[in-house]
Amino acid sequence: MSALFSQNPLMNGPNYSFSDTPVSHPNEAHGELREHRFNPYTDNGGSTLAIAGADFAIVAGDTRLTSGYSIHTRYSPKVFKIGGTTADQKDATIVLSVVGFAADGTALRERLDAACKMYRYRHGKPMSVNAAAKRLSTMLYQKRFFPYYVYAILAGLDEEGKGAVYSYDPVGSYEREMCRAGGAAASLIMPFLDNQVNFKNQHIPGSGEGHAIQEREKKPLLREQVEILVKDAFDGAVERHIEVGDGLQMMVITSQGVEEHYLPLKKD
Amino acid sequence: MDHRPQNWGRPRDDIYGGYDVSYMAPNAEPNTHTQSPVVTGTSVVALKYKDGVIMAADNLASYGSLARFPSVQRLMPFADTSVLGFSGDVSDMQYISRHLTSLSIDEAYGVQDPLNAANLHRYLSKLLYSRRSKFDPLWNNILIAGFDSDDKPFLASADLLGTTYSSPSLASGYGSMLAQPIMRKYASTEEDAAKLTKEQAIKIVKECMKVLFYRDARSLDKYSLAVVTRKSGEEGGGGVQITQEKLEGMSWKFADRIKGYGTQTV
Repeated sequence: MSALFSQNPLMNGPNYSFSDTPVSHPNEAHGELREHRFNPYTDNGGSTLAIAGADFAIVAGDTRLTSGYSIHTRYSPKVFKIGGTTADQKDATIVLSVVGFAADGTALRERLDAACKMYRYRHGKPMSVNAAAKRLSTMLYQKRFFPYYVYAILAGLDEEGKGAVYSYDPVGSYEREMCRAGGAAASLIMPFLDNQVNFKNQHIPGSGEGHAIQEREKKPLLREQVEILVKDAFDGAVERHIEVGDGLQMMVITSQGVEEHYLPLKKD
Repeated sequence: MDHRPQNWGRPRDDIYGGYDVSYMAPNAEPNTHTQSPVVTGTSVVALKYKDGVIMAADNLASYGSLARFPSVQRLMPFADTSVLGFSGDVSDMQYISRHLTSLSIDEAYGVQDPLNAANLHRYLSKLLYSRRSKFDPLWNNILIAGFDSDDKPFLASADLLGTTYSSPSLASGYGSMLAQPIMRKYASTEEDAAKLTKEQAIKIVKECMKVLFYRDARSLDKYSLAVVTRKSGEEGGGGVQITQEKLEGMSWKFADRIKGYGTQTV
């Protein structure tokens, strides 16, 4: 280092050895961080849920937006169509749900939508779900050190026409799953889904004892069954979590397109 | 002799004085941003009705618990089509207000339709979100009232974090705890709000301002009341009308019976 030292302050900074370098703030010299009072995040509550079927996928979320004990509004959707040709998303085939910090959720949704629209413009075809899923992961990871504070779930139909659900953590780790719950009531809904969608802890009656017990065979659920599961899951979450309620927004993705449903939930 | 090669050949300190570090480090102090608000405005309340929106905010700018500036209008008209209501830092409010005035002048030269309340809300939420992402927030919660692109009454909020939401009635600060339940009693859904007449809506908002003055220690009995209507539909031109109001018909008789606070010993 000293061999390369030019004595030019513009290239090497002020001519001091490291231990003598003056510091602008006394605390920073001792490795202490400056305290900032501004917190750029808040938790806006709410919960989301997605289930994949054999030829469809359902994404649902409640519509309450909270901050602390206050309900800001009873209708603020968390589930969005992504990557349609126009702003009304009429021909969209991918659905994104975001829960956590609402402002980051909006920003992330708009960025992914723009990316999907650019893809359509450049390639002349809509983006596949697995391509969009990878792109979303990259977007989240790009902000690794100032993350989007959101739990995202992306859903659509894969290239074989099967339902696909991708779930994310705030820094972009993702995997494809049959079902996932996100947000405030994720810990309430996920065990229910494990049991009812993936048939965890379900066994064939009378199949034996101990190691001889046989698990119930896993197969994708029918759309009617899934819709009932979603409603039940949210009715349960509303009962036990104060940040969940008001309305249930449900997007059903099939080969015919995306259907949107709205159902009231308890407003207390 | 100084053994450190970094100092070899430098003018001797005992003759020329020590090297002036500030010369090479012009930003000796780190950039400072608004880390907390200083002069603040309290709640803003707003309610949609049949053909417009009512908004109200008192005229007080507080310095902590000191009622510092008692005649600051916190409602700002925009392009005679929309109204903004600011709570939070007053200097940031004045900055945004200046910025929007120049924006509306620039826009007035254009050939497009003037910015409506929905456009304005989108613009402000992007501004607030980008500033929070720079860790240099504009410390406000802003309510925006007017009409959307379909010419329907529009009411939405944008706060210092960039969080946005819309509802038939909105209130910031203490208003979200004290006024919002009153307004939701009359207009819990968009359909209910669309049935309210202007007179009913004004009455509800005035009631909310009274409750806030009774219970919010940082409030004032003098407030601004804005009525936003369509420019065409209303007799007398419509658009934005802001009037100055004073709370009336209050009763503080109950104060006699409150005991046990402060220096009171009985």
